[in-house]
Amino acid sequence: MDKIENNKAWFLVLPVFVIVAISAIIPLMTVVNYAFQDIFSPQDRYWVGTEWFESVLADDDLHGALIRQFVFSFVILLIEIPLGIALALAMPARGWRASLALVLMALPLLIPWNVVGTIWQVFARADIGLGGWLVNALGIPYNYTSDPVAAWLTIVVMDVWHWTPLVVLLCYAGLRAIPDAYYQAAAIDGATPWKVFRHIELPKMRGVLLIAVLLRFMDSFMIYTEPFVVTGGGPGNATTFLSIHLTKIAIGQMDLGPAAAISIIYFLIILTLSFVFYNVMTRMGTGERA
Amino acid sequence: MKGRSIALVVYFVFLLLPIYWLVNMSLKTNQEILSGLTLFPREPTLANFHTILTDPSWYMGYVNSLIYVVMNTVISLSVALPAAYAFSRFRFIGDKHVFFWLLTNRMAPPAVFLLPFFQLYQALGLFDTHIAVALAHCLFNVPLAVWILEGFMSGVPKEIDETAYVDGYSFPHFFVRIFLPLIKAGIGVTAFFCFMFSWVELLLARTLTATNAKPIASTMTRTVSAAGMDWGLLAAAGVLTIVPGALVIWFVRNYMAKGFALGRV
Repeated sequence: MDKIENNKAWFLVLPVFVIVAISAIIPLMTVVNYAFQDIFSPQDRYWVGTEWFESVLADDDLHGALIRQFVFSFVILLIEIPLGIALALAMPARGWRASLALVLMALPLLIPWNVVGTIWQVFARADIGLGGWLVNALGIPYNYTSDPVAAWLTIVVMDVWHWTPLVVLLCYAGLRAIPDAYYQAAAIDGATPWKVFRHIELPKMRGVLLIAVLLRFMDSFMIYTEPFVVTGGGPGNATTFLSIHLTKIAIGQMDLGPAAAISIIYFLIILTLSFVFYNVMTRMGTGERA
Repeated sequence: MKGRSIALVVYFVFLLLPIYWLVNMSLKTNQEILSGLTLFPREPTLANFHTILTDPSWYMGYVNSLIYVVMNTVISLSVALPAAYAFSRFRFIGDKHVFFWLLTNRMAPPAVFLLPFFQLYQALGLFDTHIAVALAHCLFNVPLAVWILEGFMSGVPKEIDETAYVDGYSFPHFFVRIFLPLIKAGIGVTAFFCFMFSWVELLLARTLTATNAKPIASTMTRTVSAAGMDWGLLAAAGVLTIVPGALVIWFVRNYMAKGFALGRV
């Protein structure tokens, strides 16, 4: 759609700009301040340059947290995207069944994150939780509070439980936007279900899928509340993801300089990735609409 | 087709089991929870819910959360509506950059902003007020609202605007009287998303409050005491946090899919 050139439109955007800037730019500047100075009190501060960055980047704890974070996000995408597509294809298209399935599907998304953590913390316990009890009853020894592998699996299953519905809802919306004529044409050509999926449904879902990948990557990269409630980052450091590591340093140890330096590195990673994603998204978006 | 429905049912069992367990626990006494696994409460009790709904230090948590969530939804919508209109209708200096910048805020991890937020709102004298949390949540809800609304607004033909101006309508009059009613569904969906994201976010809410505006999330940590964990009470509090979301979702269920498809989110 061709738009009219009009710089007065800025007045309409101004409220958004101001309200987001208060919450975004001022805190970001504060973080930058901390990252380059050693601050004892507002009057007593020293410029330390890139010292914090150097010490933080050489820190093994940060490397561990970063690697865990990337592995976690990768595993999450690998499970949630295909599962989400499959479930969206299985969802009923119309009628009361569709309404019911939609409402049930959206339920985990509306639960406060610490409650999600609480639910799984209890559910996965071997003594008072149904899930942990079932796994043990099947003959598999399982205790997420002492076994790092079990703790990992618990967090992954919890995230799949919590966020796959988002992928399902996005794909479902994409599928509903396909006109019936496409399916009728495919039926006339005698296309197999796989061919229908590969040549009609998948290309039509490309837009929403890209958004799903973007959102899931970013959100899993920022995960904090749920693993914090379930495992507190343990056992050991097994589930200490990047934001848990950051919060430990900032609030736990009050090491504001290093914490700010990590914040900036964290932010730059996300900024770079969202820039890449955004460009891919808009490019694919224009190809889709043309 | 059969296989598909079975797979779906299996998934819904997986989805509902943990929630069932929470509800189940909320109806039990602590004694029963700790004495062993029972699939149904042996002696169902509403004592846990009774405690929460009669003790102000408990139920005020829900009231506080609802207050800042509603405030945030109202603020987000009222600033995002004109901005989304501008993005959907006009080209102006820096429009693409501002749009991308909004996107980056949606992606900023809240953990990065915790401490500066705390200091900023303390300096402004807004610490421990509902408006502080509502404003902080604007960081991720305003960009979201702009994108979803922009999607809906771009679906409205521009001829409608032009006709209205030719007929002599002023901009505010046209916007409120003609344009907004056309995207009612979009506004509903956006409000739902703002409500949802503000309701589930707890890290910022917890950091910015102490007593007066304390959200239910912080209150829930109270169940850990010297006598050990009060599981029944914790479960009941958890069940009650699901209720508002479930109610809202029921009202927008028919538009939900549309919001996902049309918005740029």
